[in-house]
Amino acid sequence: MLKSRTFLKKTRAGGVLKIVREHYLRDDIGCGASGCAECCSAQEGPALEPRPRDPESSLCPQPHYLLPDTNVLLHQIDILEDPIIRNVILLQTVLQEVRNRSAPVYKRIRDLISDLSKHFYTFTNEHHRETYIEQEQGENANDRNDRAIRVAAKWYNEHMKKITTDENHPQVIFITNDIKNKEKAIEEGIPAYTCEEYIKSLTANPELVDRLACLSDEGNEIESRKVLFPEHLPLSKLQQGIKSGTYLQGTFRASRENYLEATVWIHGDCEENREIIIQGLKNLNRAVHEDIVAVELLPKSQWVAPSSVVLQDEGQNGDDVEDEEEKENTLNTAINVKMLKPSGRVVGIIKRNWRPFCGMLSKSDIKESRRHLFTPADKRIPRIRIETRQASTLEGQRIIVAIDGWPKNSRYPNGHFVKNLGAVGDKETETEVLLLEHDVPHQPFSQSVLSFLPKMPWSITEEDMKNREDLRHLCVCSVDPPKCTDIDDALHCRELENGNLEVGVHIADVSHFIRPGNALDQESAKRGTTVYLCEKRIDMVPELLSSNLCSLRSNVDRLAFSCIWEMNHNAEILKTRFTKSAINSKASLTYAEAQMRIDSATMNDDITTSLRGLNKLAKILKRRRIDAGALILSSPEVRFHVDSETHDPIDLQTKELRETNSMVEEFMLLANVSVAKKIHEEFSEHALLRKHPAPPPSNYEVLIKAAKSKNLDFKTDSAKALADSLDQVESPNFPYLNTLFRILATRCMMQAVYFCSGMDNDFHHYGLASPIYTHFTSPIRRYADIIVHRLLAVAIGADSTYPDLTNKHKLADLCKNLNFRHKMAQYAQRASVAFHTQLFFKNKGIVNEEAYILFVRKNAIVVLIPKYGLEGTVFFEEKDKPKPRLAYDEEVPSLKVEDTEFHIFDKVKVKITLDSSNLQHQKIRMSLIEPQIPGISIPIDSPNSNTDEPEKKRSKLEN
Amino acid sequence: MAGLELLSDQGYRVDGRRAGELRKIQARMGVFAQADGSAYIEQGNTKALAVVYGPHEMRGSRSRALPDRALVNCQYSMATFSTGERKRRPHGDRKACEMGLQLRQTFEAAILTQLYPRSQIDIYVQVLQADGGNYAACVNAATLAVLDAGIPMRDFVCACSAGFVDGTALADLSHVEEAAGGPQLALALLPASGQLALLEMDARLHEDHLQQVLEAASQAARDVHALLDRVVRQHVREAALLLGD
Repeated sequence: MLKSRTFLKKTRAGGVLKIVREHYLRDDIGCGASGCAECCSAQEGPALEPRPRDPESSLCPQPHYLLPDTNVLLHQIDILEDPIIRNVILLQTVLQEVRNRSAPVYKRIRDLISDLSKHFYTFTNEHHRETYIEQEQGENANDRNDRAIRVAAKWYNEHMKKITTDENHPQVIFITNDIKNKEKAIEEGIPAYTCEEYIKSLTANPELVDRLACLSDEGNEIESRKVLFPEHLPLSKLQQGIKSGTYLQGTFRASRENYLEATVWIHGDCEENREIIIQGLKNLNRAVHEDIVAVELLPKSQWVAPSSVVLQDEGQNGDDVEDEEEKENTLNTAINVKMLKPSGRVVGIIKRNWRPFCGMLSKSDIKESRRHLFTPADKRIPRIRIETRQASTLEGQRIIVAIDGWPKNSRYPNGHFVKNLGAVGDKETETEVLLLEHDVPHQPFSQSVLSFLPKMPWSITEEDMKNREDLRHLCVCSVDPPKCTDIDDALHCRELENGNLEVGVHIADVSHFIRPGNALDQESAKRGTTVYLCEKRIDMVPELLSSNLCSLRSNVDRLAFSCIWEMNHNAEILKTRFTKSAINSKASLTYAEAQMRIDSATMNDDITTSLRGLNKLAKILKRRRIDAGALILSSPEVRFHVDSETHDPIDLQTKELRETNSMVEEFMLLANVSVAKKIHEEFSEHALLRKHPAPPPSNYEVLIKAAKSKNLDFKTDSAKALADSLDQVESPNFPYLNTLFRILATRCMMQAVYFCSGMDNDFHHYGLASPIYTHFTSPIRRYADIIVHRLLAVAIGADSTYPDLTNKHKLADLCKNLNFRHKMAQYAQRASVAFHTQLFFKNKGIVNEEAYILFVRKNAIVVLIPKYGLEGTVFFEEKDKPKPRLAYDEEVPSLKVEDTEFHIFDKVKVKITLDSSNLQHQKIRMSLIEPQIPGISIPIDSPNSNTDEPEKKRSKLEN
Repeated sequence: MAGLELLSDQGYRVDGRRAGELRKIQARMGVFAQADGSAYIEQGNTKALAVVYGPHEMRGSRSRALPDRALVNCQYSMATFSTGERKRRPHGDRKACEMGLQLRQTFEAAILTQLYPRSQIDIYVQVLQADGGNYAACVNAATLAVLDAGIPMRDFVCACSAGFVDGTALADLSHVEEAAGGPQLALALLPASGQLALLEMDARLHEDHLQQVLEAASQAARDVHALLDRVVRQHVREAALLLGD
């Protein structure tokens, strides 16, 4: 097996260190074509089809395999992912280069390789006896790799000739975008094409051309074009500059309002100059939102103030610089020395953070033009120039575009079309857009991930019962919202012989199915959480687990992780015990059903007595928790009634809360706290916990001012004081006031976060008034719980540990990702609700509703409509109307418009309409009806007579 | 930059071997005429030299002599030029002392020391080039040297290292693989009886995986045994030819 030749590779690191590595060459590496007689060794995994039937290509009519080089892989991955492209040979050299240069592309390729229907084969050419080459004198590493790829391509072609005597043997086609490389390959007799040539030759699939990344070959462009931007400095110079302090490194954040302005957040701890303003196209120098850039500070004389002008990029294809300069001048109006802030210019890009962007095509005015501009949904991203032949079909659709590059002589970055999501306003399209814009991973699970699922039919085996207690005889039941399919918790309660109560919380044992480190685990860790949208759920784990094997459904055997307490009738915990178990839930109830059972006098079966016991204990626990200072906050939550046919929202309903909701919640909290204590005891350095920091006192100012206006005295120095203050809010003629105060208090809170106990020393959970807390009870929908399960399993000796679990830096990184995903999931959820609210009002037409003022701003009021849980802003200044007299008092706070004064919590009446003047960003518009202010409020008229109004608006804009 | 991929999806390691494959082993016995026994071994790029003196009378303090068996004295050193950066102290540092002690334990278990009471056997090993698996190379070289010296042993002592990456046990780790920081197991085996002369483990490994790694290491040690056996037979054949003249 081993070739006796040993090759030495010498590499230099640092300078003088000589590293000698062995490099074995083998003669047992197969070519990958299944059924190849030459290399008869058994092929495992994906293999090439022996007779590839590729799409019709006018360039190479023969059957053929493709062999792309590194740059093709890096830049044209969108094409390779198309189901039409199959039978591709990936060389080890190419894969290694990709791995070093772009982790996301590498991951996508690995997914492709594991997809058996794509027939991608990895050829380990660096260890093959006949395809290994050594670096020659005077040859750099890149040239050597290019040569290695050509050698492998040549070997393949000869090998194909050898194995079939048939005239029509498959060819291996070398795909490269490097002209020189291609020429050399053709000289050596390898059929080679550029990616563009090959894709264009696919006569049957012209639509693929649009997905080509247009990498402007600088040579082909006309040289005379004006250079718009200064050259970026090379990385080595940037690093030198950053070290010496001439340049600063930071994250580029474009402004939403003004495309000519951006701020750069400087990395590191320097106190001054944390935020640098960049103004003007030249100074922005092709940086895109979220890029890591190097900036140079401008001399103080050139510092500018952040402008308050709103500017939108509206130019059409034109590269006129004069126009831009004019606009730039309008920025520099504010000459107030105090306002000036450190300003700078971008000298180079350290790391691009480009992702595919959602948006819409703005068609070019010239009918036949193939170059069009693309307007991303995110206003912070510049418009992108793409080349497409299907502009007319893409108009009015939401599409995805990726940036390929931004040459210095182009006003806009160049990109290519990736995917068409669907028509604007379409529910599925919009959902897709909001998922993409919030960076929620929602693609179907890849083959490699699915391969780690248990095989069906599944049942509990002897092996599974090792280290596991059999609790199938217990009368366990679950209580969840209606139509819930991912049931991750179940409860039981029974009386023991000694008169005490045994209470058990059983949580789905997801960590049994998701083993550390495999593709399934990595994917779940990446997703971090299940995202619930109005009509859709984006699962964190594949459906087989989330809705079947891990869902604790009734009357089936399921694996669980149980937390069992022995309590006395006063709900004092006498003993806590954790164990992995097997349970068989006797009933899965909804909150309403459970409530009905508890209340009904006639029912006295096991489940009902168990529920009553739980309910009794929960009430005691809740009272104790509130006495300790836990907050009860409120946020206007709504649920849509959805039409079963069209899935359009037909009605809104605020969520109801029953006793049973709080019963389940109480025991979940108790389980979380118990588990948090246990894992922190066992792993003081690397327990994954959740904390909720106390908000800084300044956060409460709004609340205190609001209370003062209602003649109430709020104490906010502790959670307990705040809870008491909230409780004393009562007004006989204004029952909604208490809820309003609680909503306001929610806004003052900080975000709760996951953290690793070894990296922090403040564990306190402010909202729950618990010294320690974690998440244990929802492993199906939160990844943090899976880690906590693993920690707990190790702590009780039921499962094995693994190195990453006890590495606090890895854990801290994981927490960072989880916190980010949770935040994004929340935003996506809100965006989904907002979109459905829009749909709802679109169908409903114009509505007049009562609302309460939540905040008073300088030129607007923020109102809340309790009926819909909807929040909106009523502006008093409009573009083409005369400005009213506004007087804002920050202390109260109050706003005087003409002669009417607005205070917080005032009751108003507003009209709700849908503003669709901007197709890409539709929004709900609110205008004041009551109290009436001449010139500002609009007259009350019956909503129905006015339904054609939005139409009018639109037509006005089109003129 | 991504780190090194120790085991590719296709099942190849950084240097092109598969998980269970050894590096190329070459060995020679009787490299020095002066010593009682000597041997030289190359396991890939790891090269080691072993020299054996004895059994002879106790040197130095006689009080250390054991009444019922021979004293095995092992000294381990690394040549200053053996590693990428030049070594300051070729021997006598903590690591070398520990390695000497481990070698001593290994060979006390293998050599029939009770045949030589109150005497001493010296084993000197030097690593000329280090590229992972230093302990294993030293044990294998010393085994050949002891055989060359004609000192009776229970059996060959064959050593090999093994590691654990991505759920797969890797045999005979090279320096790159050792430097990656995963668990590392060194094992010295008496192949005929299957007894272990020494078992050492660095870093943490869950006990569920231990069996797999042990299996890989002992299989590798048996492969080493087959190779060493061939070297000894070759050497004896050559010696017999010389004697026959």
